[in-house]
Amino acid sequence: MSETQKNVWEGAVPLQIHLHESEITTLPPPPPALVLAPRIGYLPLLISLLKPHFSSTLPPGLDTVWFDYKGLPLKWYIPTGVLFDLLCVEPERPWNLTVHFRGYPSNVLLPCEGEDSVKWSFINSLKEAAYVINGNSKNVMNMSQPDQVELWGSVLNGNLETYRRVASKLKLGTFEDEYTENVSSVLIKSPQSTGDTDVTGQVKTGRIPVRLYLWTVNEEFDDFEGAPQIDNWDKVSYINRPVEIHKEDGKYFSLNDAVKRILPEFFPENFFVIEGDANINQSGEEGERSSDPGSSFNAVEIAEIKFVRIQGIEPILEIPFSWVVNNLMNPEYFLHMCVCLKVSKANAVQ
Amino acid sequence: MDVHNYSLLTIVSCCAFLIERTKTCPSLLNESLCRCVNTISLTLVHCNPRICHRRDMDLKGAVKDIIPWDGTLSSSDFYLSARTFSEKWKMFNPSFPPWQWIPSSKHHLVASHKVEGYLSLENVCHIKSSEEEESNSSLTWEEESKNSQSEEPFDYATLVCPEDEVNHYDFHIVYSSSYRVPILYFRSYRSDGQLLPFNEVEKDLPGHSAKLRSESKWTFITHEEHPYLNRPWYKLHPCGTSEWMKLLYDGDSTLNRNGFVIEQYLVSWFSVIGQVVGLKIPLEMLNTVVYNDS
Repeated sequence: MSETQKNVWEGAVPLQIHLHESEITTLPPPPPALVLAPRIGYLPLLISLLKPHFSSTLPPGLDTVWFDYKGLPLKWYIPTGVLFDLLCVEPERPWNLTVHFRGYPSNVLLPCEGEDSVKWSFINSLKEAAYVINGNSKNVMNMSQPDQVELWGSVLNGNLETYRRVASKLKLGTFEDEYTENVSSVLIKSPQSTGDTDVTGQVKTGRIPVRLYLWTVNEEFDDFEGAPQIDNWDKVSYINRPVEIHKEDGKYFSLNDAVKRILPEFFPENFFVIEGDANINQSGEEGERSSDPGSSFNAVEIAEIKFVRIQGIEPILEIPFSWVVNNLMNPEYFLHMCVCLKVSKANAVQ
Repeated sequence: MDVHNYSLLTIVSCCAFLIERTKTCPSLLNESLCRCVNTISLTLVHCNPRICHRRDMDLKGAVKDIIPWDGTLSSSDFYLSARTFSEKWKMFNPSFPPWQWIPSSKHHLVASHKVEGYLSLENVCHIKSSEEEESNSSLTWEEESKNSQSEEPFDYATLVCPEDEVNHYDFHIVYSSSYRVPILYFRSYRSDGQLLPFNEVEKDLPGHSAKLRSESKWTFITHEEHPYLNRPWYKLHPCGTSEWMKLLYDGDSTLNRNGFVIEQYLVSWFSVIGQVVGLKIPLEMLNTVVYNDS
């Protein structure tokens, strides 16, 4: 198992959690709770820690716990690390969240019945990932009850060894330590030197489950402190498209390639037809089939990848995508990528 | 895990579909029923995925009989099929509102890729029958539908007339890139726009669906975020869809060769999935599968 995987599993976000002022019934108000939240965990899993801290001051009523950041209700089914990468305004540490025990905004947030909801959301994601990788979900669906409990327990407790043992039964991919070590030592200097055969040979080729959180900016910004804040979920496109690792002669498939492949709307030069990839080459087929005159692109947006943030780091875009997948994916086998694009309107050359 | 119930339901529905289809084409009857019986035992073995040629399989490849079709479709095929489906729906279901193609507005600054979008049928009313006959539970369209958007903030100050027993349903058919099949999303709200909790929705579902739901709470109908609208919707979990879609067409090489699978995919799919939520499609829609288009 790679050092990076360990780091991902041990990764945590420092949180300072305040109780919403409308739920404070005592003086002095309770101090905020300081929590180290696992990156691969989910916010509702913190409730058992938070409840004792705030329970004495809560107004009467039933608990329906939810969190917000600067007024934005947080989606509980997104891993905490991803929420942080996506939303935390730099350089805010710890990350200041507000917890609510009352008044669940059920029109915007999925209902959450505590750990059970989180667990099933996790398992359904795992099932989806298995389907993407293997074309069926049977290994997940046939998982024995003890395995299921153990797998979920390993995620809850951040136990990578247990996780790897149980997850290996799902046969969702192979991880080659040798390759990982080779590449990570070379990467920093010269990723090109890794060559293509080593890179693609060891990852299970095929579709990779990716959840991509995309937002776009118009203006230039130099550092992340200048990056515009996401104050509304409508500003984030949640893109759930698998990506297929493709190798071309003499080139490996990079993170840059992957992002562009997932977002053909923004990178139309990638629209050429590639055999056997029905998802991506749809534009090619569409041309012949469509009778709609509006289907041709009159104006193409020229987009530029500002940064890609995965598990709290911003890998160089030339990094082999297979390394990213093997090392930075979450335990439900999805790679969560936060992608910021700079988009400007320009007239396309047809 | 509790997935088997789902496949049971779909198999039962498959049978219903096949039987309905064979009514229009009696020669298919025996063959279909045999196949059906075979597949029941097959599918009882844990949603057995039989042949799983995922991705690399273009539908057109399958149609050419090179590789058996895996029951999935590409997103551009989804768009094609959606057009056929909404046209047929309009033709044979004039008492209902049409299914409309809603282009995705996901990418705010970009002229979105044309194929991105989903089918939408909104404001279908469920009128509660007094005799509580669950098998007769069905959805109807009410003309006097109001224009109020349920996205608007709810006005809790409004008094709700207790006699008003009408629940409104919105249905969306969204393509899943992961499963490469369509997914039915729905939500339900009262006339005042307030969303219904699931235990209320359950009462509107046909009896068999409600039973399944109670047996497999987290895997059959799940509460998830609408991929385009950022709001909680219910969805029928798609992990078995490609399997039973494959069964519907299994061995039907005539249909395959003529490219019906693509065109008719949504019609066939909805004839099964619609029953889960009490939406039935007219037989004529299936009828044309066999005759008109060949």
